[in-house]
Amino acid sequence: MSAPLLQARGLTKHYGARLGCADVSFDLDPGEVLAIVGESGSGKSTLLSLIATELQPDSGHVAYRMRDGVMRNLAALSEAERRALMRTDWGFVRQDAAKGLRMAVSAGGNVGERLMGAGARHYGHIRGTALDWLNKVEIAADRVDDPPTRFSGGMRQRLQIARNLVTGPRLVLMDEPTSGLDVSVQARLLDLIRGLVAELGLAVVIVTHDLAVARLLSHRVMVMRAGRVIETGLTDQVLDDPAEPYTQLLVSSVLAA
Amino acid sequence: MNAETGYNFAYLDEGTKRMIRRAILKAIAIPGYQVPFASREMPMPYGWGTGGVQVTAAILGRSDVLKVIDQGSDDTTNAVSIRAFFARTADVAVTTRTREATVIQTRHRIPEAPLHEAQVLVYQVPIPEPLRFLEPRETETRQLHALAEYGLMHVKLYEDIARHGHIATTYAYPVEVAGRYVMDPSPTPKFDNPKMDDCPALQLFGAGREKRIYAVPPHTRVRSLDFEDHPFRVQTFDRPCALCGADGVYLDEVLLDDAGGRMFVCSDTDHCEERRADGHVGMEAAHA
Repeated sequence: MSAPLLQARGLTKHYGARLGCADVSFDLDPGEVLAIVGESGSGKSTLLSLIATELQPDSGHVAYRMRDGVMRNLAALSEAERRALMRTDWGFVRQDAAKGLRMAVSAGGNVGERLMGAGARHYGHIRGTALDWLNKVEIAADRVDDPPTRFSGGMRQRLQIARNLVTGPRLVLMDEPTSGLDVSVQARLLDLIRGLVAELGLAVVIVTHDLAVARLLSHRVMVMRAGRVIETGLTDQVLDDPAEPYTQLLVSSVLAA
Repeated sequence: MNAETGYNFAYLDEGTKRMIRRAILKAIAIPGYQVPFASREMPMPYGWGTGGVQVTAAILGRSDVLKVIDQGSDDTTNAVSIRAFFARTADVAVTTRTREATVIQTRHRIPEAPLHEAQVLVYQVPIPEPLRFLEPRETETRQLHALAEYGLMHVKLYEDIARHGHIATTYAYPVEVAGRYVMDPSPTPKFDNPKMDDCPALQLFGAGREKRIYAVPPHTRVRSLDFEDHPFRVQTFDRPCALCGADGVYLDEVLLDDAGGRMFVCSDTDHCEERRADGHVGMEAAHA
């Protein structure tokens, strides 16, 4: 049993009188994939934003094991440390690629940005690494100078993945990375993510309303409803043998093709 | 207040000048940092040098000698107007001679003649934020400056090389000042960037619409950003000035007739005139 990479304790967030999420706690081990599932408005995205330090919790905290092995409370990091962590050791693949990419900058520039942010100042090396990553996410080398505005939805998501993984992060957050894509594109993207996650030993927190995505990618599942975690466990166990009535409803609501 | 013209010395009231001087002092203390200031309406449109004019007004003294250039030239509309403006409102001596001037207000050029300790160069700046076209949010660009996160600036240079094979930015080429802040040198050609480095004169930058003042104190390190394998290089010209025969100066292309005839002449008109007065003659001096 290894020490956890990420620890969330008692995360609570209100939006005025409304509840975003309440008292969420979990541990994430290195290389572990955790899916957060639930219907729209159940607090999944709020929770992800809290983990990503994009929102401040009303109470509770998130701690992360830094590369030097020390567990640090993310709220206690300086702004410079926090941002450095986000762009090197963490990744965030967003539902809307336009929010996770620079749409006016070429694919190569998008992938290279993190490298340049980390101090890379050799054009040839940056471009070489960018090409290498585009290849890994199955984007043809001759598209390296095209901006993502000329990419299809699936390509944009793959470009986001390359952009996030180029610095060798240990934790990647994903917010509905496959929603809005047609099923064959979804399948290829999921296949790619699964391959990369296994190959690189990434820890992932993935938010999805699609139970098939959770089943395919994750080791563990957390089911949320009305801002609270109502069930958690191994993916197969939760999806095949749900204990909570709400989870049973979720699972039985999936249409069989 | 001058009873004849009805203007306070150098147009602006003393309180405003003091406010601008405070911003200038702060800017000098933090080289390359954009200091916000309460920019005033000036009797000219934005984009015509309202920032530069306010900085000049704030630093001008009765014994100063003012030179104003626009694209290197002393006799274009903008330069003539601003020179006349201060001649009238401050009654200061004006000149076109770079060497004689104590304050030089400029739009888009640094004079060819080396500047000295007793001079101040005032730049008119349209958009002071070098990161603006990559990051539209002011809150975010301020954050990036505060944390010295300048990776984004290199993304722009990367894009240049990816598209054009070399760094195609030829003006407003970003520089790092005193090893800390990245600064937009205003739309001067990158040809002039090396002149900013270790310059003995004080360099002040005023952006009226954007309400920012920044500065490069004398003898400050100013480094143009680049890549290890694509080092910074200035433009070169394959011919000398057609009028004065000067090499290694920035040239303007001048159309001569409707048949496509043209020549390349010094953009710095004072430099060109002084050279010709000294007897230097270019290939096409007969046209002048």
